[in-house]
Amino acid sequence: MEIKVLVVDDEIDFLETIVKRLEKKGLHTVGVTSGEDALIKIQEKYYDVILLDIKMPGGMDGLDALKEIKSKQPLAEVILLTGHGTVESSVEGMRLGAFDYVLKPAKFEELCEKIAQAYMKKADQDNKIRKANIQQLLRFPGRVFDQD
Amino acid sequence: MSKPMYRVFRQRMIVITLLISFVPLTLLGYTIYYGFAKAYCQRVEQQMTARVTACSQSLDLFLEERKVILSATAKSGSLAYYNDPSHLRELFETINNQTGGGLVDLGVIDSRGDHLAYVGPYSLEGFNYREQAWFNLVMAKGIYVSDVYMGFRQMPHFVIAVKAGDAAGDWILRATIDPEIFARIVTTAQTGKTGDAFIINSAGICQSPSRFNKKEILAPSGMDPSRFGSSTTVVKKTTQSGLRLVHAGKWINNDNWLLVVTQDMDENLPSFSDMKTEEITIFLIALLAIVVTTVVTTGMSVNKLQERDRELEELNAHLIQTDKMAALGKMAAGVAHEINNPLGIIATKAGWMRDLLEEEEFRKSDNFKEYDEALQKIEEHVERAGKVTHNMLGFARSMEPVMERVNINGVLKKTLEFLDHHAQINNIRINTGFDDAIPEIMSDRSQLQQVFLNIINNAVDAIEKQGTITVQTGKNAENLVIDIKDTGKGIPDTVKKRIFDPFFTTKAAEKGTGLGLSITYRIIEKLGGTIKVKSRKGQGTCFTVVLPLTLSKKTIA
Repeated sequence: MEIKVLVVDDEIDFLETIVKRLEKKGLHTVGVTSGEDALIKIQEKYYDVILLDIKMPGGMDGLDALKEIKSKQPLAEVILLTGHGTVESSVEGMRLGAFDYVLKPAKFEELCEKIAQAYMKKADQDNKIRKANIQQLLRFPGRVFDQD
Repeated sequence: MSKPMYRVFRQRMIVITLLISFVPLTLLGYTIYYGFAKAYCQRVEQQMTARVTACSQSLDLFLEERKVILSATAKSGSLAYYNDPSHLRELFETINNQTGGGLVDLGVIDSRGDHLAYVGPYSLEGFNYREQAWFNLVMAKGIYVSDVYMGFRQMPHFVIAVKAGDAAGDWILRATIDPEIFARIVTTAQTGKTGDAFIINSAGICQSPSRFNKKEILAPSGMDPSRFGSSTTVVKKTTQSGLRLVHAGKWINNDNWLLVVTQDMDENLPSFSDMKTEEITIFLIALLAIVVTTVVTTGMSVNKLQERDRELEELNAHLIQTDKMAALGKMAAGVAHEINNPLGIIATKAGWMRDLLEEEEFRKSDNFKEYDEALQKIEEHVERAGKVTHNMLGFARSMEPVMERVNINGVLKKTLEFLDHHAQINNIRINTGFDDAIPEIMSDRSQLQQVFLNIINNAVDAIEKQGTITVQTGKNAENLVIDIKDTGKGIPDTVKKRIFDPFFTTKAAEKGTGLGLSITYRIIEKLGGTIKVKSRKGQGTCFTVVLPLTLSKKTIA
């Protein structure tokens, strides 16, 4: 099962290249240039990890987009892409539920590492949910299953 | 204010202060002197009044005495008796002996005016006085004192004549008064070097000589007797030569004569030119004291002012510097942001190219090595540029310090741990001398760590290989003092002035951005402390960071 990644950045040159590089790493990657487009995309498909630029022109900036994404897809892990001037915003973003932040210009290796960590966490989370669902499914009165 | 302006200001201050000191002093001195002079004049007038009164009484007494003697003698004797020259001589000698002299001669004149008998130095027997004014006045009034006149003897004199009557008819006993003796009494009223006393008659003719007017008897005195009232009167007059003369006058001899006492008012009044040497010395010393005090205090004030102005200028320069730094910070942040985005894109594109190079067909290409090296250089320089923007942003960041309780020794130990490995590789010894008694202070731990890291990093770079870094802590009454010394190559004076300027570096281009010490300086300033550097080329460098034990209001604000 391939990892599904959504990249949100208004810098189109950066966006295109990063999408291609992640694709080459075997990730299913989609790129969009605004928060609004990102919200449309997450309604079409489920994403494991979302790379989100904090500073974007237009109506919706990174933090607004983050709030929307978290309310619509609470299980998707969000990694914030930030410049020096927006470190405080990133900290605020983590309080709002972002997984971590990466300082731009980010090294690709670092980015991949962060995506991997986020995906692991997401997978863990999914696993727990799956287990809970199974427990729910197999719970019958009078019968006891082992926890693991 | 420039130097000449201070000089002008100083001179003005001195002139104004001296004026303020001297003008009231002079006025006061003049007022006191004026009051004294006024009192002195009053006193002189009083004295003169007393003197003229006393002298006039003496003169009146003198005349009265002789009038009474002559009158009594005439009335008790007879013409026949005194017509005898021996009787007349006896009388003359008796009077002169009893009254101490004063009569020049004595004569008897009958009612027709014939001089019958005479005792005296002249030979006047046989003269007839019927035509003379005094004779008729005596005959009419009974007693008469004449003004001074020349008469038959052609000498100034005056006479006292009394009329008597017996069986033989009326006759006159006439005595001539010695004007010398009379004048002697008058001169008793003279005082001092300029005092004068004389008698004038109602027409202003001198009846006695005047001492200073050089007026002889019978010369006009030049005075107007009508200016003097009936009692003792003081008249002031200023002469052409500028003398202020005071005349005191009193009528004597039944208001026929006026006794005048004259004195120069200023004779005994001390004037400034009469001041003695010691008085002048004291005055000059006082004057000198005032001038010296004025000059010294003015000098001190102006120096103080100059110092304040200099401090103000320094403060202004500091503010300008701060403003400059803030503007620079903003610009740096803008530039860094603008460069960061393209750098990110370059890095990503380079990465993408590297990804593609990994593919089989590219690996086989003849130029693969060239591509690979070029990419490596691109990546290397993107990283270098990234470091610059990173530091620029660090410099520009106006993040407020996060205050917490900080143990400086702890922060330093932690910082040294970071650098321990690096130091060991370069054979650098690190000595520590921590004062365990220093208290925790309120400060920003991470910013302080950055400060110490910057300074110690510089020390390591300055030493290069083999050397010692000494880190010491201590405190004084108000501050913590942290010394970081190295045995490195030192900083030349020309460089020392600029080491805290942003973007100033002496390191190789790839090693330093020139922002480390600038950031350090800003942080220390924000934390309310100071940083100083002592260094000599070839003898190492010592950075001293001073941090306040307690935060000032300014730092908290």
